[in-house]
Amino acid sequence: MLELLWLIPAFPLAGFVALTLVGSRLSRTEAAYVGAGSVGLSAVVTLLVGLSFMAAPPAGGSFVQTLWVWLDVAGFRPAFAFHLDALSLTMIFVVTFVGFLIHLYSVEYMMEEAEGYSRFFAYMNLFVCAMLTLLLADNLMLLLLGWEGVGLCSYLLIGFFYKDEANSQAASKAFIVTRVGDTAMLMALFLLFAELGTLDIQALLGLAGQQFQPGSGMATAVALLLLGGAVGKSAQLPLQTWLPDAMAGPTPVSALIHAATMVTAGVYLIARTHVLFTLAPAVLTLVAVIGTLTLLMAGFAALVQSDIKRVLAYSTISQIGYMFLALGVGAWSAALFHFMIHAFFKALLFLGAGAVILSLHHEQDMYRMGGLRRQMPFTFWCFLIGSGALAAVPVVTAGFYSKDLIIWNAYNSEIGGVWLWAGALAGALLTSIYTFRMVFLTFYREATEWVRRLMPIHEPGPCVRIPLGVLAVLSVAAGVIELPHTMGSLTLFSGFLNTALPEYHGVHASYGTELLFELLAAAASLGGIWLVWTLVMAAPGSMGRIAEQPWARGLERLWFSGWGFDALYDALFVKPWLWCAKINKDDFVDVFYRAAAFVTETLHFVASMTQTGAVRWYATGIAVGAVLTVGLVIIL
Amino acid sequence: MAAVPMEHGLVLAAALFGLGLTGVLVRRNIIFVLLSLEIMLNAAALAFVVAGAHWGQADGQVMFFFILAMAAAEVAVGLALVVQLYYRFNTLDVDAVSDLRG
Repeated sequence: MLELLWLIPAFPLAGFVALTLVGSRLSRTEAAYVGAGSVGLSAVVTLLVGLSFMAAPPAGGSFVQTLWVWLDVAGFRPAFAFHLDALSLTMIFVVTFVGFLIHLYSVEYMMEEAEGYSRFFAYMNLFVCAMLTLLLADNLMLLLLGWEGVGLCSYLLIGFFYKDEANSQAASKAFIVTRVGDTAMLMALFLLFAELGTLDIQALLGLAGQQFQPGSGMATAVALLLLGGAVGKSAQLPLQTWLPDAMAGPTPVSALIHAATMVTAGVYLIARTHVLFTLAPAVLTLVAVIGTLTLLMAGFAALVQSDIKRVLAYSTISQIGYMFLALGVGAWSAALFHFMIHAFFKALLFLGAGAVILSLHHEQDMYRMGGLRRQMPFTFWCFLIGSGALAAVPVVTAGFYSKDLIIWNAYNSEIGGVWLWAGALAGALLTSIYTFRMVFLTFYREATEWVRRLMPIHEPGPCVRIPLGVLAVLSVAAGVIELPHTMGSLTLFSGFLNTALPEYHGVHASYGTELLFELLAAAASLGGIWLVWTLVMAAPGSMGRIAEQPWARGLERLWFSGWGFDALYDALFVKPWLWCAKINKDDFVDVFYRAAAFVTETLHFVASMTQTGAVRWYATGIAVGAVLTVGLVIIL
Repeated sequence: MAAVPMEHGLVLAAALFGLGLTGVLVRRNIIFVLLSLEIMLNAAALAFVVAGAHWGQADGQVMFFFILAMAAAEVAVGLALVVQLYYRFNTLDVDAVSDLRG
């Protein structure tokens, strides 16, 4: 069964090719069958491959399938080869299944768009194919192909409604900002190849362990550059500015690319090359610090957003911050666990928000929503479950288990400490505040004037409801595969992942400490919800009163703009660049070429002056020339 | 009969050549330009004859016949051009025919 591995990325690729070539001639139904069907088939194959992988794990915990040699130059032989182990299996499982659910959702969501139906599915299929290539790649060269492929699809899909210039600009911004990280990653690849002579990931990790001293300059440089790539793709500090703007794309795109899959590629990259990071402890600590700072920064920014999708975007940045924190403290499987649970509930939240946006005729401002609980009960319950998972409501949601594991590890790990733990806990409080602020503003309260005008509001159709329902179930149930020590200590997930990733070594603080810390995390989650309930529901005017204070207004403006990073980068990079461009508008180098042209032209003018057409002048010229020549001969 | 000194003949040839050149340069009527050209040719031919007489060689006179034949051919072509010029431009002014000016 494992030999079917190549089919997993091949199906979406075939879907993309078919939709590109004959998409314009297909009806919408046919395009939907091709687009969603290809990813569905891919998910089925993933299930088959995954089952046979788990039933009979291959020797060494990984299965490699080499399709063909890509190129062969002077000993550099990257192949089209797929590497399946517990890590990539987990990731492709999420990508294909969540991807399929989102494709199914898109079938209905995109139906009302006037044009571009098959184009949308073509891009989405290409994205899934590129993402699977990234995850399954056996060498960093193929990984880079997938890495750039998902970047391209992200660009194409953010700018999907390209007729609006703002969307095109958001797409360009996403592409350019991630490009900064990609450049760092490319340099890491050059360095690795120059030092170790191979890009094959498994061989490379083995060689690195032998050749690099722990903490040596080369290991640190490589790890730093790889981190640069991961930070760009995963929208972490300081390259996070593109993700909120990326919400210009259609909502299913935000769910698939900018929440569940592509933005976690950075997490995958660090987990995949974990040996390099363990060799550079300083960089690993930096990963944890970046994660903590990002989760706090994005948490604050999410508090004051008015656009429902921007709240979710900042929340995504924040949750990936948790994953980085987990990676940084060496809790590899915890990061992957949170990645999986996050993919479920964040896709659910985006799809739920999409259903709301669709029903309200593309209104995204939460202040205009309200009271939708009664109009859209199914969407409401799904959204509430997703929000509960995001806010890590204790015991009943999967998000609690995954996030609590990270918060606990931030303290308990050898690398972790009180500060990282405190940051993570504060982040948890922020998460539950902004999440339930969103829920209360959107679904509770009295229906606003604006909503009442749109009544009656209908629930979306089955293609939207099925993915919502499935993801809601997963957001609740998926947590039970990894339970903390205090609740039965079930380690199905980490046990599975430890075949591919190093085992996590905690300091193993006492049972009582762990229980206490879990209670604190639970208190942060519930306390946040209570706080929002008090401010938004119990005393509706209190938010307004706080917002009127001068300090609050300044803070709100700062947070609303995402801590002013856009303005900062604008002043630091964009403005000076534009200034240089303006000065050099006439292209300085051209002066030389223009001078050459000028000299030639002048000479031509002078020479053409002598061509008077008067025969007598020519005769004079000949005579004077002859006299001069003869004179010269005589004198010399 | 005392021979004419070579210098006298050469000075005469040079003076004739100068006159012819001046005529070519200053006259605007193409017929006079052609006439002046003939004078220049004959000045050159005279220089050959004088030099041939001075060294007692026949080559100078041979060259004279070459120049004579060439001058006849030149006049034939030149006069044909004059006729064409007059047909086309209705003038004999060489300066009027400056269509090839740069």
